[in-house]
Amino acid sequence: MSNAMTIHLKIWRQECGAKDGRFVDYTVKDVLPEMSFLEMLDLLNEDLARKGEEAVEFDSDCREGICGTCGLVIQGVAHGPHSACTTCEVRMRSFSDGEVITVEPFRAKPFPIIKDLVVNREAFDRIQQKGGYVSVNVGSAPDANSVPIPKTDADKAMDAASCIGCGACVAACPNASASLFVSAKISQLSYLPQGMAERGRRALAMVAQMDAEGFGDCSNHGECEAVCPKEISIENIARMRREFVKGAFKG
Amino acid sequence: MSKILDAKIPGGPIADKWDRHEMECGLVAPANRRKFTVLVVGTGLAGGGAAAALGELGYNVLNFCINDTPRRAHSVAAQGGINAAKNYQNDGDSVERLFYDTVKGGDYRAREANVYRLSQLSVDIIDHCAALGVPFAREYGGTLANRSFGGVQVSRTFYARGQTGQQLLLGVYSALSRQVDAGTVKMFPRHEMLDLVVVDGRARGIICRDLTTGELKRYMGDAVVLATGGYSPVFYLSTNAVNCNATAAWRSHRRGAFFANPCYTQIHPTAIPQMGDYQSKLTLMSESLRNDGRVWVPKKAGDKRRPSEIPENERDYYLERRYPAFGNLVPRDIAARAAKVECDAGKSAYMSPYSVYLDFGEAIGRLGRDVVADRYGNLFSMYHEILDDDPYETPMMIYPAPHYTMGGLWVDYNLQSTIEGLFVAGEANFSDHGANRLGASALMQGCADGYFVVPRVVANYLAQGGLGSVSTDHDAFGAAEADVRSRYDSLLKIKGKRTVREFHWELGRVMWDKVGMARSKAGLEEAIAAIGRLREEFYQDVTVPGDGDDFNKQLEMAGRVADFLELGELMARDALRREESCGGHFREEHQTPEGEARRDDENFMHVAAWEFQGDGKVAVAHEEPLTYENIQVKTRSYK
Repeated sequence: MSNAMTIHLKIWRQECGAKDGRFVDYTVKDVLPEMSFLEMLDLLNEDLARKGEEAVEFDSDCREGICGTCGLVIQGVAHGPHSACTTCEVRMRSFSDGEVITVEPFRAKPFPIIKDLVVNREAFDRIQQKGGYVSVNVGSAPDANSVPIPKTDADKAMDAASCIGCGACVAACPNASASLFVSAKISQLSYLPQGMAERGRRALAMVAQMDAEGFGDCSNHGECEAVCPKEISIENIARMRREFVKGAFKG
Repeated sequence: MSKILDAKIPGGPIADKWDRHEMECGLVAPANRRKFTVLVVGTGLAGGGAAAALGELGYNVLNFCINDTPRRAHSVAAQGGINAAKNYQNDGDSVERLFYDTVKGGDYRAREANVYRLSQLSVDIIDHCAALGVPFAREYGGTLANRSFGGVQVSRTFYARGQTGQQLLLGVYSALSRQVDAGTVKMFPRHEMLDLVVVDGRARGIICRDLTTGELKRYMGDAVVLATGGYSPVFYLSTNAVNCNATAAWRSHRRGAFFANPCYTQIHPTAIPQMGDYQSKLTLMSESLRNDGRVWVPKKAGDKRRPSEIPENERDYYLERRYPAFGNLVPRDIAARAAKVECDAGKSAYMSPYSVYLDFGEAIGRLGRDVVADRYGNLFSMYHEILDDDPYETPMMIYPAPHYTMGGLWVDYNLQSTIEGLFVAGEANFSDHGANRLGASALMQGCADGYFVVPRVVANYLAQGGLGSVSTDHDAFGAAEADVRSRYDSLLKIKGKRTVREFHWELGRVMWDKVGMARSKAGLEEAIAAIGRLREEFYQDVTVPGDGDDFNKQLEMAGRVADFLELGELMARDALRREESCGGHFREEHQTPEGEARRDDENFMHVAAWEFQGDGKVAVAHEEPLTYENIQVKTRSYK
């Protein structure tokens, strides 16, 4: 394996949320440039398993950038060195032989650590439950083409709806704000006629829950947009604020 | 000992069956619904849709998933679209035609009545999803856009860029979130169902492992709905997410649910080819790409020139040549097998002997780069990221990969398994796609089962009454929990030398080589022997680090691989028993001189449903005969 690399890792290990964590050094050999970052960690875990040592725990599922399960801070950046991609899409060709790479979980108070690099993001679910939906029961919908939607609006709704709920925006924000995540859902539904009836109530309730979960305020750093694997625009946050104010006035 | 299974298909003309059945179904009065608890396992389109719809009706729903949130169920990864017989394009589509295409696409091995219901419900699905705020692609006039998929000659596929599954799932997730807030659905993320609890012949509960703490928990219900997806990861490498598994279905099978047509697996023709043994999964490139991409290999075997160096007259557009009527949009089983035929003859893309070209040069010339980018941009960038190669400049290289499983737990027309009170929805059941699923029909079936069929048939079951109250202290719960505990304790105690992944990888290699795209009697017999050996070695030599009472993914995987080691054998046995070729099941002994599948309708126009007989014993196959009263059974042709 002529192009095989040796990679040195500093990985955050933490038994559970209640205990202190620390960085532990590992070296992984025979890393190929075409491997994904997570496949490199698989390789590490295989080595550890053969030695009878506990695996480094991390979350992942689809491994093609759509499910939003994976999320690591690599060299200090949520989802690693590339823009517009998730951790599972990062390939080892982005690193060089002998490089030292630090790997940490998505850190934020509302994302308690479960183990090692695995965090609990249920706060996101609780925000969605407060209004990230259109209240329509199965069976009551009109014919889909009876409500025309201009293509440009549908496209904008789709841009916002691309959010995969990974939490990188929170991890990257110095205030641990969830504004990009929350605004993506509020925006999506505000572009669509189906979302109109509940728009005010939705914005108020989702923002209130975001605050209750302990996420910080947005102070326009823009770090969220920079790390977002789906390139969700920060313009959505401005739109969320407008929806919030409109909702507050309407009461 | 073999039985004939009754699918309980309602009488009357096929177009009226579902309406009439809905009328005949029992109902539960609104005020009584909250007294019934329904356990729904899985939060994809089928499971999440069912949980949300049952919650809307007022039932007390407990919904479980292995992911950290319901929004990550594997439905999320579906790319291309969802079929519906809307005929918005005025190209002659209808419920009848979708029904016909699906039965034909499944090579006349699907149950007619189920497929007809699916086609009817397809129309309502699009309405409901649009109402939920799913941002489907639209025309400038504001109406919904469509594209075409394999095996059909109309445009009936609705889509949301290349992320249709994600958007439909987020629709389900939003409906589910609303019910959680309303208090009708209680969500249990990071919970894995490890056994089914059967009391007096009825499904009355499940045993779960809380994946965060390792704690085993008991849940009681009046009915259980399994929507836990398919079993493609039995091949180790597949397009499925790495946590997809068959454990809930397999454990239910061991408790008495028959497993139908396990050998019907879909090998999707267009995935990024395998590059090395380190790989953890294969990445799909959506079937929608075949709308504009042309598939070819060099005419000369062993030609390893770069595609740009191969002139037009030295390229073989083999799908267009062999199937002029459907061209590049032949169904998946046919496109996949055709790629294998070319590669086996030494004709392949330069990168690997197991790869062919999917070329957009002509489309970019005809439509311009911007239009192609608008249609497929996210897929192109995924490809670029993985292979470090720009598909706008050079043709994609692709190869078939395990993607979907048409087989699954046997269900009757009411989606009820052979265990009373155990309903199975979505990919986890077997009924709608026969021996080959058409593109964009998985999302359709998930939504149909989840939103529309499950709420009706579960209500009907509950309305029959006779369900006594059962507590989680019942002996059956204790026995099932003890069984799970001893299974997982024993896995931790082996402390052998080989990792879980090594066993999974080895199983996958056997499955791919011998139970994959081409199967033979000798190969299948070898596979059965090899899997048996591997299973024995697994229980002697696997190593699972860590503890049971902790977050431990190695242990989770060990349990799933243990079940794949049993399911893999059943797949091989089913493939061996089915002495014919149909859809995705291709027996080398049964082919036409042109290399097409040769069915044996006289002996195999039936569903094979396997009954578990105990460890170390061979399962017994029962039959459900398939009858076609509304479609003329023919030799499938796309030429």
